[in-house]
Amino acid sequence: MSTLQSRTSTSPRAPATWLTQAWSAVPALLSSVGAVVVALLVGALVIALTGDDAVTAYRALFAGAFGDRRALGETLVAATPLILAGLGFAVAFRAGVFNIGLEGQLVLGALTAGLIGGFGFGMPAMIYLPLALIAAAVAGGIWGAIPGFLKAKTGAHEVITTIMLNYLAFRVSAAAIGADDVFPVDPGSRATERAAEASRLPRLLEGTRLHAGIVLALVAAVILWYLLFCTTFGYRIRAVGLSRGAAAYAGIRWGRTITTAMFVSGLLAGLGGAADALGLQGRYYDVRVGYGFTAIAVGMVGRNHPAGVVLAGLLFGALSSGATRMQNTAGTSREIVQVLQGLVILSVAALVAISHLRLGQSLLGRLPSRRTGERVRSDRTSEAVSEPELESRPNPPAI
Amino acid sequence: MSDFFTIALLTATLRLSAPLVFAAMGGLLSERSGVMNIALEGFMLVGAFSAAAGTYYTGRPFLGLLIGTGAAMLASVIHAFWSITLRGDQIVAGTALNLLGAGIPAFLLQRLFETAGGTPAVARLPTIGGGLNVLVPVAFLLVPLVHYLLFHTRAGLRIQAAGEHPHAAESVGVDVARYRYACVLASGALAGVGGAYLSIGDLSQFTVGMTAGRGFIALAAVIFGNWNPVATLGATLLFGAAQAARVQAQALNLPISQDLLIALPYLLTLIAITGLVRHATPPAGLGRHAATE
Repeated sequence: MSTLQSRTSTSPRAPATWLTQAWSAVPALLSSVGAVVVALLVGALVIALTGDDAVTAYRALFAGAFGDRRALGETLVAATPLILAGLGFAVAFRAGVFNIGLEGQLVLGALTAGLIGGFGFGMPAMIYLPLALIAAAVAGGIWGAIPGFLKAKTGAHEVITTIMLNYLAFRVSAAAIGADDVFPVDPGSRATERAAEASRLPRLLEGTRLHAGIVLALVAAVILWYLLFCTTFGYRIRAVGLSRGAAAYAGIRWGRTITTAMFVSGLLAGLGGAADALGLQGRYYDVRVGYGFTAIAVGMVGRNHPAGVVLAGLLFGALSSGATRMQNTAGTSREIVQVLQGLVILSVAALVAISHLRLGQSLLGRLPSRRTGERVRSDRTSEAVSEPELESRPNPPAI
Repeated sequence: MSDFFTIALLTATLRLSAPLVFAAMGGLLSERSGVMNIALEGFMLVGAFSAAAGTYYTGRPFLGLLIGTGAAMLASVIHAFWSITLRGDQIVAGTALNLLGAGIPAFLLQRLFETAGGTPAVARLPTIGGGLNVLVPVAFLLVPLVHYLLFHTRAGLRIQAAGEHPHAAESVGVDVARYRYACVLASGALAGVGGAYLSIGDLSQFTVGMTAGRGFIALAAVIFGNWNPVATLGATLLFGAAQAARVQAQALNLPISQDLLIALPYLLTLIAITGLVRHATPPAGLGRHAATE
């Protein structure tokens, strides 16, 4: 164990290691960019096939995302929940769990933040804002830990459980918004009461809607990077995701690790929801924006690395903020963005898959794929691992 | 309470189970052949939209049904290509297809009808009485058919071999990829029929997100039914009954929270998959790629 730990030394990295690390990320970065370009091209084809001018549409999209100060602000505002939830996707994925429940976790985080802000306690912002954020993070975290725990205990596949928990979260949200006798909510506008000023994330730039949530997202990315790559906790997560069998052999408890990873995952998604409620809207609206689903694409394109997730979050934030202008000026429906997200995931998946074939390996090198644990055949764990056979993959662990 | 358990509850159960049966039988075939299929939801949405749009333009619900089935099958070709030919991760591909299945209909809706919510009203498939449309008996006839195919035909045996042990199947000359393609395409077609059932059978229009997780519930029914057609039918009936209970409670004005009743099928799915399937045995080769090195 000690030799294993020494590899993930907690001491600061030498600059040389830093450079090698950065250099080794280049193929992944290039292929992600390639995947996005392919997706945009196919998207252009879709736009053209339905009778619109793809160039005009994309030009409007770009202007809407980066054209002026306000547009830039909107891009960052949209990127904030995407980065936070995308980080959540990444940490679960690193542990070998495919968290499609980010949307539900995000919704509950936003609802919790909105409710706490809506109560209008007489507290200073120094206490009120952190309280609301922490409560939202815990709400999302618990909602995320449930499927992790269920997978660990019963082997229930997370893809089904997280999706069911999404629908349940939507019902919880709808029920809470309707219960104006208990909570500070306004059923008429399907929202919580306006949050007290002291509970809101402050605005950062005049003339934009940019709020401090983006700072929260970037700080979260740095912390997650540190956690994943410089601590034993992160080492366990990555070890379990790379090879469950080897991790178990090294004494790492799979069940506990994936449950914790899913807690952190939901926590980040919950924060994403809270940032949107307390930063942008100033209250929680019971409306599905779908950040949690976009975050899957963000995590995949960002190759589940915090730095990559930040870049991918900015990209998808730009797509989302630009889509509004595209719809208004070029007349292309903003739903094309959802199509683009699906296309991006497909092209990333194709690149990863191709890189595992012999021809692809010589062209691209081997790219990381979804790694899930192998079966462990020991008396102690045999009960818990009867089901995860479902996902043992023949793909050899990458990197 | 005697008002509650009526013929109406029974027919509502059949009506609400039928689309789940279509999707679940498709999912079952795909999973039995070794391809995980979380894209059922996307296939259903594509089927529902294409069937409604097809009916709108042709004026004939049966042509709409055909178009919906074909479109969903087309979507399943993508899933098959990524999962079988490219040997990619089947969950990732399924997730992408679910996003596309939600996005493309919404995009085309805007394009073709210039509305955001749903298509204009279209003609419906004929009914056979009791509010049930002509697809309901088809759904329930499908179950013995799938059972027969899987357990009493040569093709079914090969499908099972592809799902249980692709390498062994390959070594005795079974073209695993071909059988998997056929099963995934069948799952697309069947989920497409399930979607069409919703838009031109049950309702007479397509609305955005109208499947409301039925594709996932169907998949849960397959797992709950331990990958067996008859047991899967039982699971879909259970989920259908949970939805019917809500309709019934609403009609009788029972003092039960609507939110709780809407949540019931999802809650049931969650409990079913965690509490009752601990001894479920999925096809051993599920998610494994055949050897072609």
